[in-house]
Amino acid sequence: MTTVEDAHALVKAPPLRTRLTQRPRTTTGPFSWITTVDHKKIAIMYGALALFFFLVGGIEALFIRLQLAQPNGTILSAARYNEFFTMHGTTMVFLMGMPLAAAFGNYLVPLMIGARDVAFPRLNMLGFWIFAFGGIFIYSSFGLGGAPNGGWFGYAPLTSTPMSAGLLPGRGVDFWCVGLIMLGIGSVATSVNFLVTILNMRAPGMTMMRMPVFVWMMLVIAFLTLFAMPPVTAALIMVFMDRNFHTNFFNAAAGGDPLVYQNLFWIFGHPEVYILILPGMGIVSEILPVFSRKPLFGYSIVVFSGIAIGFLGWGVWAHHMFASGLGPIAVSAFGLSTMLIAIPTGVKIFNWLGTVWGGAVRLRTPMLFALGFIAQFTIGGLSGVMHSIVPSDTQQTDTYFVVAHFHYVLFGGLVFAIFGGFYYWWPKFFGKMLNEQMGKLNFWLLVIGFNLTFFPMHFLGFEGQPRRTYTYPSGMGWDTMNLLATIGAFIIALGVLVFLVNVIFTARRGEPAPADPWDARTLEWSIPSPPPEYNFATVPIVTHLDDYWHRKYTEDDEGRLVKLPAGAAIDTDAATEAAVDPHSIHMPSPSYWPLVFAMALPIIGYGFVFKNWYLLALGVVWGFFGLNGWAYEPATEPDAGEGH
Amino acid sequence: MAQAVVTAGPGELAHGGDPEHYTNTGVSNAKLAIWLFLSSEALFFGAFISTYFLYRGRDAQYLNKGVQNPLTPDRLFNIPFTSITSFVLLMSSLTMVLALAAIQRGDHRRLRIWLLATALFGLTFVGGQVFEFTEFYRHGLHLSTNMFGTTFYVLTGLHGAHVTMGIIWLLILWGRSMGDRLPTEKHEAVEIAGLYWHFVDIVWIFIFTAVYLIPQH
Repeated sequence: MTTVEDAHALVKAPPLRTRLTQRPRTTTGPFSWITTVDHKKIAIMYGALALFFFLVGGIEALFIRLQLAQPNGTILSAARYNEFFTMHGTTMVFLMGMPLAAAFGNYLVPLMIGARDVAFPRLNMLGFWIFAFGGIFIYSSFGLGGAPNGGWFGYAPLTSTPMSAGLLPGRGVDFWCVGLIMLGIGSVATSVNFLVTILNMRAPGMTMMRMPVFVWMMLVIAFLTLFAMPPVTAALIMVFMDRNFHTNFFNAAAGGDPLVYQNLFWIFGHPEVYILILPGMGIVSEILPVFSRKPLFGYSIVVFSGIAIGFLGWGVWAHHMFASGLGPIAVSAFGLSTMLIAIPTGVKIFNWLGTVWGGAVRLRTPMLFALGFIAQFTIGGLSGVMHSIVPSDTQQTDTYFVVAHFHYVLFGGLVFAIFGGFYYWWPKFFGKMLNEQMGKLNFWLLVIGFNLTFFPMHFLGFEGQPRRTYTYPSGMGWDTMNLLATIGAFIIALGVLVFLVNVIFTARRGEPAPADPWDARTLEWSIPSPPPEYNFATVPIVTHLDDYWHRKYTEDDEGRLVKLPAGAAIDTDAATEAAVDPHSIHMPSPSYWPLVFAMALPIIGYGFVFKNWYLLALGVVWGFFGLNGWAYEPATEPDAGEGH
Repeated sequence: MAQAVVTAGPGELAHGGDPEHYTNTGVSNAKLAIWLFLSSEALFFGAFISTYFLYRGRDAQYLNKGVQNPLTPDRLFNIPFTSITSFVLLMSSLTMVLALAAIQRGDHRRLRIWLLATALFGLTFVGGQVFEFTEFYRHGLHLSTNMFGTTFYVLTGLHGAHVTMGIIWLLILWGRSMGDRLPTEKHEAVEIAGLYWHFVDIVWIFIFTAVYLIPQH
């Protein structure tokens, strides 16, 4: 047919290339990681870097807790405290939560839908490099005149007042604005990629309603990211312009309105909450059926609840602004919509419970984390419903009660789901089982540490301790609770340390994992661990929801499970993988251009922050050099596959 | 999404023709991606246009209050001039369509002519905008002068930046065509650039209406 012959015909005379511009070919060795377009390698890089930022953000949190362990703490100055709580929030949302979702999504979405890669492999790599450079860019502010210190929400006009006015010392907010705009560009690119992959590249028979719930949740968050990023980008541009070019967007003397900022930010900010939690819900929905040996209870209800959360998530943003004087009608409407969103969330919790109910439950580490997720997320969800009651919310605004609430959903929820996901898919990612004893220790340390840290904060909030304040006097009755929270934070740190030890131990002495260690249900377990570069030697043909399960088991007349004889599975199981010659499979070729193009963004960023127009011009020219090179390079080299 | 999306049967690959280009939705990956990207861009401009409307007319109560001959839109705008450059921009959508039609029937000479014509029309529009900005600046309207200065320059400036990106995109396509790297089979590359170009034009229709045509004082 077409492809190879045509592609040869296109390039009439092969262009003369110097060594410098020669396309990279190697797909093994350390250098290949820089130019790879393999979604699995990109996922591992996302995961590793996001875990690094998780540790950095965690260390910032430990300093915050040390400072607050006792009244009148002196470990951090007020200025340093502002930087640390701002960067803790910014890091955990943009450099840990979202990239970890991208890591799991990148690795698993193509495998779960039976695809060989994502739709745009080079765009995928670009997303990773933008994340890496964006993170480094924001953190470089610590050495370049002060870190961001206006909170992760960056309320104008505090942040938008020019630096010379001295409200917020340092250039931190400039770094924050430009860095988040960069990360937003990367997130939108990654979302487009996920959307096209899921909508367009499913294996034959993999209809939408046969997709694993995790893939569905990635689809929903990709839509949310696509539409949530533009408003916040606009808001960040306005803040940056106000600070640096004396525009009047949030200048009250010119008629500027702080509520414009708050609306633009929270139109992004609330969907962002679901961008963070929905992947966690997806992971849990994969783990629970496997370790209960039952299909997910009410698959379609779980899917539609996820979609409903995605839609309703757009109509609740103003509950972050109840204390800002919106007026009774707006406040009532947003209070009601906030109550409404508890319905699909609650439905999901009952579905998960229904999945476990009556199942042959195996309490392995992934299952423990999934169960921990349900319990803790429910507590966080309930305190969330409390916030929909406006008078109560007004009382709790800016107190530690809010801190307790969102850590219950984002740490007790998302982080637990992510650890569960690590233990569940680690054998697939790296071909080795994480140690089970250390895994259980890891789980219990996190449960104890987490609840000890954040449960007391509910009471601290009711007693009026304000958040974002670097110290408190003694005699307020807050001392014991704060000390407990600090002790809890260090137990969390110990739990994370156990995880890292487990990772190193497993890399050295972990037991090798078979293709399907958990007797699981979805397609990624039908191929070897770790999967080959091309994922599926022959593209699977899907006939059921939980297709892989139905290749292994059938039911007898009384509805009991009967194992099918080995080899009865139709096409791609581990045995037939070896029979196909991998060289006959055309995979996208590695490329330098994503890296080259992504490098332009921090250069442009530094140009803006330091108002160095030469640097800015250099960045722009560099960017066009990258784009031009990218445009001329085919996704797959016509003669690829002969090299390795 | 249509139900047709969901009905990829097992036989699909066999009779779907070219397996390299088979997609579940029937829309090619690149075209689906540009539509999604443009939907995101629509919200970006939506945010700035909303902000423009929210702040419209606030100058009378704030920075223009008590100022003699304040810098208001009706004093500064030269509607006939901007109408002409807007018309040129709209006509560039026509030449864009002609470029796509040319490559689809394999006429690469006309493809290059229409790509250059589109870029030139775009450049005329951006040139008009530069002239307009310079004029306003010389009359004393700066970013910081009043809310009109702030919202006008930022909204129309960001649109101008998008047109500029489009011009560069067209020129890259033109360069590829000159180097024989844009064969007839790759006509979708022109179509996708065209979708972006039309989008930017449509956004201008909204901005032109919102900023220039709806009277304000």
